[in-house]
Amino acid sequence: MSLQRFQRLNFGLPFLWMALFVLLPVAILLMVSLSESRIGVPPYKPLLEWAEGRLVGVNAGFASYGQLIEDGTLALTVVESLSMAGLTTLICLLLGWPMAWAIARTRPEGRGPLLLLVMVPFWTSFLVRIYAWMTILGDDGLLNSLLLGLGLIETPFLIMNTDRAVLIGMVYAYLPFMVLPLYAVLERLDPALLEAAGDLGARPLRIFFSVLLPLSMPGVLAGSALVFMPALGEYVIPDLMGGGGSAMMGKMMWDIFAMTRDWPGAAALAVVLLASVALPLALLSRLKRRLEGDAA
Amino acid sequence: MKQSRFPFALLLFGYAFLYAPIAILVTYSFNESKLVTVWGGFSVRWYGELLHDAAFVDAARLSFEVAAISATLSLLLGTLAAVSLSRGQGCLTQSFFAFLLGVPLVLPDVVIGLALLLAFVAAADVVGWPAERGAVTIVIAHATIATAYVAVVVRARLGELDRSLEEAAQDLGARPLSVFLRITLPLLFPALLAGWLLAFTLSLDDVVVAQFVTGPGATTLPMEIFSSVRLGLSPKINALGTLLVAAASAAVWIAWRLSLRQK
Repeated sequence: MSLQRFQRLNFGLPFLWMALFVLLPVAILLMVSLSESRIGVPPYKPLLEWAEGRLVGVNAGFASYGQLIEDGTLALTVVESLSMAGLTTLICLLLGWPMAWAIARTRPEGRGPLLLLVMVPFWTSFLVRIYAWMTILGDDGLLNSLLLGLGLIETPFLIMNTDRAVLIGMVYAYLPFMVLPLYAVLERLDPALLEAAGDLGARPLRIFFSVLLPLSMPGVLAGSALVFMPALGEYVIPDLMGGGGSAMMGKMMWDIFAMTRDWPGAAALAVVLLASVALPLALLSRLKRRLEGDAA
Repeated sequence: MKQSRFPFALLLFGYAFLYAPIAILVTYSFNESKLVTVWGGFSVRWYGELLHDAAFVDAARLSFEVAAISATLSLLLGTLAAVSLSRGQGCLTQSFFAFLLGVPLVLPDVVIGLALLLAFVAAADVVGWPAERGAVTIVIAHATIATAYVAVVVRARLGELDRSLEEAAQDLGARPLSVFLRITLPLLFPALLAGWLLAFTLSLDDVVVAQFVTGPGATTLPMEIFSSVRLGLSPKINALGTLLVAAASAAVWIAWRLSLRQK
């Protein structure tokens, strides 16, 4: 086999696959979001109407988007998702940064096991871990039984089926994604920089804000992206832990899709979700380029 | 600078936060009581009931099959993609391909799931395939997502690889295919193994995408857990969870020992 044919096969096979199962589906998603809902199979009208080989009509419009805006769903769900994902990212950052720092400051031979401990939950079934939290946080769950038994509270804490439960679940699920990139950056940090700053009279807090934090920025950005993006579209955690009240985009979209069977509506919300992931990502890559530009 | 104790305290807290639910899950899997939150004495009865629950056993079998097939498929596609991207001259098609490969990494599961379902429905309408959704469509969906992850892992390893080994083989007269099979592939082996395991885990853990693209009759293990948890807490899930935690810990531990030996 010639080199060129070999390389063409190398390239063509996965390219064709990704075009068929990524590019085409996203294009169809966009199309369906522009189509009209109807009762039937599939539950939307084709965009283009053909008769005897000629195009006789175009049924495309932004009606589904208009509907989402009009009934207030869009504003509600976007605000809810952004604030929940933002809070999750912030809490993961506040908890994850010191964790990554502590691991990076441990003796080198101790770091492997410590990192492994962060990774094991990530390799363990996500659903099972969420289920474990449900047994803890329920109204008659273990936390409430414990606190009631000790006489610390008189009525059970209501955590399950609120946004607080969703927040705990999401921080729990995504914390490893914050710790690992932060560790990768902090581990490479030269300790001499800290000593130099200390020798020059900087106090610990000053060292943190003027040396450590700026130098760990690539890790902060990477970790935040890894937490924020999946959190934004999270479906399982709000569904299981948030009860009926959660209005996060992923759950809202599933409800529109499965309960109302309004496929164009669900597709429109999916496009909004897609845009709200793509936008921060584009900003982030510009920011990253600027950071790298500064370093060079 | 004096070492602050604060990060280490938070590290301990973080581990407690990560492991307390798992410890409780495991403990209560040995609970005699039907109530998951009340201790009723030691027992392994829920493991027995789990193994006799046909729905869970069938779902587990399907999940392992889907995971193994989709992981193998994505290993093939992801490796080819990574190799061709690392060899390229960076033309427009190639950067577009790199972009396409990145899409599944950032798109939320619900978006990928819905998009693929709509594509399958449209394809069934236009070309008559897939006539029925089920295990095959789940495999395609999982393989597509995992290909993106495998490509990342393999590209990272290709970047570290010493290219002169391949060039030497070429200079000595080896054909491109045999260079790839006899030099590049063995050097890539650790990354291939890691990529396959990652793909396998992703498939075994996915409920959202599978829920979208499945059809009647195909229920994976996570789908079975999900619908069972939605109906209420059950000690059987504790038992199943304990088995999954044990399997994952063993796999991570073995992978770590192997990586130590390699160094």
